[in-house]
Amino acid sequence: MPHFITPLFNTHLKLPLFGSQVPAGFPSPADDHLESELDLNEYLIDHPSETFFVRAKGDSMLEAGIFDKDLLIVDRSLTAKHNDIVIAAVGGELTVKRLCVQHGKPWLLPANPDYRPIQIKEGSELYVWGVVIHAIHRMNANG
Amino acid sequence: MIALVDCNNFYVSCERAFNPKLEGKPVGILSNNDGCIIARSEEIKKLGVAMGTPYFKIPDLIKQHNIQILSSNYALYADMSRRVMQVLSRFTPTMEIYSIDESFLDLSGFAQDLTAYGSTIAKTIKQGTGIPVSIGIAPTKTLAKLANKLAKKGIAGHRQVLDWNTLTDTNAVLQHFPVKDVWGISSGWGSRLAKLGIANTYDLKQTDPKWIRQHFGVVLERIVRELNGTPCIPMEMIAPARKQTLTSRSFGERLTQLLDLRAAVSVFASRSAEKLRTQNLCALSICVFIHTSPFDSSKPAYSNAVTIRFDQPSQDTGWLIHCALSGLARIFKPGYHYQRAGVLLPDLVPSGTQQLSLFSDEPEMDAKHGQLMSMIDNINRIHGRHTIRYASENLSAKWRMRQNMKSPAYTTSWAALPAVNVI
Repeated sequence: MPHFITPLFNTHLKLPLFGSQVPAGFPSPADDHLESELDLNEYLIDHPSETFFVRAKGDSMLEAGIFDKDLLIVDRSLTAKHNDIVIAAVGGELTVKRLCVQHGKPWLLPANPDYRPIQIKEGSELYVWGVVIHAIHRMNANG
Repeated sequence: MIALVDCNNFYVSCERAFNPKLEGKPVGILSNNDGCIIARSEEIKKLGVAMGTPYFKIPDLIKQHNIQILSSNYALYADMSRRVMQVLSRFTPTMEIYSIDESFLDLSGFAQDLTAYGSTIAKTIKQGTGIPVSIGIAPTKTLAKLANKLAKKGIAGHRQVLDWNTLTDTNAVLQHFPVKDVWGISSGWGSRLAKLGIANTYDLKQTDPKWIRQHFGVVLERIVRELNGTPCIPMEMIAPARKQTLTSRSFGERLTQLLDLRAAVSVFASRSAEKLRTQNLCALSICVFIHTSPFDSSKPAYSNAVTIRFDQPSQDTGWLIHCALSGLARIFKPGYHYQRAGVLLPDLVPSGTQQLSLFSDEPEMDAKHGQLMSMIDNINRIHGRHTIRYASENLSAKWRMRQNMKSPAYTTSWAALPAVNVI
């Protein structure tokens, strides 16, 4: 069997959470007892078996906070609502856009004035692949 | 009541989940080495491409109908299978994973309207993973399997869920159901039964189970009882512990040199050791085999195997490679065109139970080896398989499989995540 990197919960990165602030140089004896551990998987992922990672390519969603090469966490178990950022299949390609419903008609809106909204025409089916729940953006140089 | 949930054209559906372009097109997935078509979409089935068709035999058809051909991507299928099974497990406390794409769910004591419950299951799986499933629901596993086939054939209209108990005339349905398609019927039985005048599944259902037992044995007796609605085949919730493990591949091209075979056997031994460690098992011996192709009738044939016993159980990659290579050296003969090799670990025991041999290395040495192995496993898990490997695995890549049309490891490799255009 292959090794699964994502999002199996057996790859916990646990960071300790301390119960009280420690004045410098005077450790509280209570802090010897860890209260709990923080797991980023738990924070970022609600439905592990239905969550997928995808890589964003391009800049049409800049104003929504999605940059080129960002890691998107996509939950497929969620049903897309008005204003959700979604992964949608358009013409056989997966694309990320904001889903808007105006006067009962679905639109896929970019978040960058340089790009045009996509109207889902009558008869053509809009296939929402999943709902983006987080974008992970690296701030420092890759190291 | 028992439900059999079966993923439709599973390998194709996995590919489509990440590549919407494949939707609605004829798609075929190739076996290891890109040899034969082993998974088909509905569209390619309709073009008359049979299961197991050699890829090289249908170039015109592929061109003519724009058939999409892909190498198999087992890392993707295994991960998608795991996801489907995890979602399914939310719908029942008792589940038996029957194969990579099938599960039995015990729905005893569940809601009256099992068709509706099944539809919810199917919808949840489709939305959450992208994989379409068919569901057969019936009082026994055998009937659930049968109901699933009927659902796939469209007996319930467009719905992919069929509750056996909602059928008005089940006997009429069984009359049209071939005996050979019943779960667990061996092909030999089919023709024997036909000679006895048991032509369809209804006839089989009407046969006296005791008579069947005398003439065919207990397995077919159980099938007959299950066809009559009496559960005889229990749910198996725990996979039986592995008693042996086999790692074997046919080569991308015929090999004649010992060096190339050494590389292949090293990789198989290394992979076998890895399997042992993930399952906390140790091997007591190792068997290496090599053979030429049974289809190369123009060339001389040769096959041989050798088993090497260990002084004490091992799961150490270095030791397994060492033994495998010394075994290979004993059976390799020059002048043959080898097509396949493999490593079999025939006797496995749980690790940690071994007795120390009087003449073995120091126990400290063993502990160090154990640490080394877990370090290698960790590095390979984080940075991808084969990041760290033994030098002999790298001697040659000539043996490796042809997989020229493989899709990326969409869900199991950071480097291969699906890209979405932000355009």
